[in-house]
Amino acid sequence: MKRFILRRLLLGIIVMLGVAFITFFLTRVIPSDPAAKWVGPRATVEQIAKARIDLGLDQPLHVQFFKYMGDLLQGNLGNSLRSRRPIVLELKENLPATIELVLISTIAAVFIGIPLGVISANRKGQWIDHLSRLFSVGVVSLPTFWVGLILQLLFFRTLHIFPLGGQLSTEIKLTMEIPKITGFLMFDSLVTGNFRILMDALWHTVLPGITIGLYPVGLVARMTRSALLEILYEDYITAARSYGLTERIVLWSYALKNSIGSTSTVVALSIGYTLVNTFLTESIFSWPGIGSYIASAVIGLDYPAIMGVTIFSAFSYVILNLVADIIIALDPRVRA
Amino acid sequence: MQGFSDFNKTLQPSIREFRMSFYLLNRNRLQRISLIVIVLLVLVAVFAPFIAPYPGHAISDTNPDDKLQPPSTRYWFGTDELGRDMLSRVIYGTRISLQTALIAVGMALLIGVPLGAIAGGLGGVMDEIIMRITDVFLSFPPLLLAIAISAFMGPNLRNAMLAIIISWWPWYTRIIRGQAVSIRERQFVRAARAIGTPKMTIIFKHILPNTFAPVIVQASMDIGGVILTIAALSFLGLGAQPPTPEWGLLISTSRTYFLNAWWYSTFPGIAIFITVLVFNLIGDGMREVLDPKTRKF
Repeated sequence: MKRFILRRLLLGIIVMLGVAFITFFLTRVIPSDPAAKWVGPRATVEQIAKARIDLGLDQPLHVQFFKYMGDLLQGNLGNSLRSRRPIVLELKENLPATIELVLISTIAAVFIGIPLGVISANRKGQWIDHLSRLFSVGVVSLPTFWVGLILQLLFFRTLHIFPLGGQLSTEIKLTMEIPKITGFLMFDSLVTGNFRILMDALWHTVLPGITIGLYPVGLVARMTRSALLEILYEDYITAARSYGLTERIVLWSYALKNSIGSTSTVVALSIGYTLVNTFLTESIFSWPGIGSYIASAVIGLDYPAIMGVTIFSAFSYVILNLVADIIIALDPRVRA
Repeated sequence: MQGFSDFNKTLQPSIREFRMSFYLLNRNRLQRISLIVIVLLVLVAVFAPFIAPYPGHAISDTNPDDKLQPPSTRYWFGTDELGRDMLSRVIYGTRISLQTALIAVGMALLIGVPLGAIAGGLGGVMDEIIMRITDVFLSFPPLLLAIAISAFMGPNLRNAMLAIIISWWPWYTRIIRGQAVSIRERQFVRAARAIGTPKMTIIFKHILPNTFAPVIVQASMDIGGVILTIAALSFLGLGAQPPTPEWGLLISTSRTYFLNAWWYSTFPGIAIFITVLVFNLIGDGMREVLDPKTRKF
């Protein structure tokens, strides 16, 4: 077990080095004039010259790479072209709003997706299975950004139920003091007992939450179903049934436990999808997170910011997969 | 002629196999409908200039007198902010999406499949090197690498396609490698090795042809995935540029008007949805038919 985790950690570090290498290659080697790209289209000749020295472009490539790695290790992702502020700082400010969305969709994926997959596998070939399969293949075929717009059309424009976007109503933002402890709006308002803010925040989360959550729910349901179907034909399940265990115990405790490996991998994968889907949906809902940040960076040709988000997301995804693999390693069959 | 009949004889089992698979695939109602829809989509893409009611509206023509008209008998899908017929633009969009998706998946296969076969067929150091490289590429969340690449190469449809190819090939490498490893020690490969067949001949003539089934499944699902990705990149402003009638771009430009013009975003989205859905359904169906475990006669 210890050896497995150690090996996996080592592999994770190698992969992170590779990720850093690719982003280095993308920003410093591919562009014909990396310095000009780095300071943006409106930079003066002096600014470009300064960037050339700052980035170490006057030095050989391997020296550049070591400097690049050194910066990364110190958490220095450069400054945003638009605000001139450190990107790490801006990421930190934008992160909580995105994490809230990602958490909601992951909870939905686990608590709706997995049961849906289990029921579907258990009733294979019946109408409920057909329905849930159609649902899960349907939602993974939807363009996420389009879902956001359609929900806005339906629930804001036509039915006037949910707000168009933002994290809070303007009225509340103007009249009440917004608690700032951790930066997680819902958590902070809950801790400080500001239930009006909490309710308002929840209300604003419904549409973006559904938009972001549909894909992972479908993905997890689909994977859980196929993982379970393979397990349900195994001898030990037949044995458990012949002992007279109820179907519920056989299904939810005997079979599901053995699918934990593929399920946790797919949950990690779905978090990755969700993170990227926030890039597409947050700007639609004026949600003040990483997604809006990268979307506006793309429009403003803010290359350091785009790269900052890329590196940050890739690293968190690597760590996430590491955790998923370690969870899988709890299964003794994998360790061997 | 002798050569031809030999060729025919060696092909016959695979033709029979293909017809059997096609029959099984076609037997399921949902998959039959999907197949029909795919054929229709291809026809729409090929004959777009003849089907579109206002072919000129697809790219350059504008029609300011009829801007933002709701759907009517004249404009079935309504018009956009320049008075262009949305139906014509969505029809031309089919062409763009199918074409880019086919090219992207094809190129990714061309890179990924041989690498996977070499990794799995040779084993050893080569295998280790190739697979660690794929690990790095696959450790980016989906779409993210494509976003970064197309942002840095400059936003246009061709670069978006390149970005997708670069971030997609490792999936095929991984699948083919897994297959190749399991085939490497089979009797017929050992026999080939025993009579001194060169390594590369073994890999490409004996191992590779037997690894295709799961890749075909993956590729057909990926056509849907690539269409979604292209649309997403264009939506972010990193893919197709105006006035190209690319579906994702149509939805992106609709954002300014959609609250008062529901048809503008609705129809391109439905087009994406249906196209991706049918490719996913066919992929699902193929998996069941091609996997001996789930194959039922």
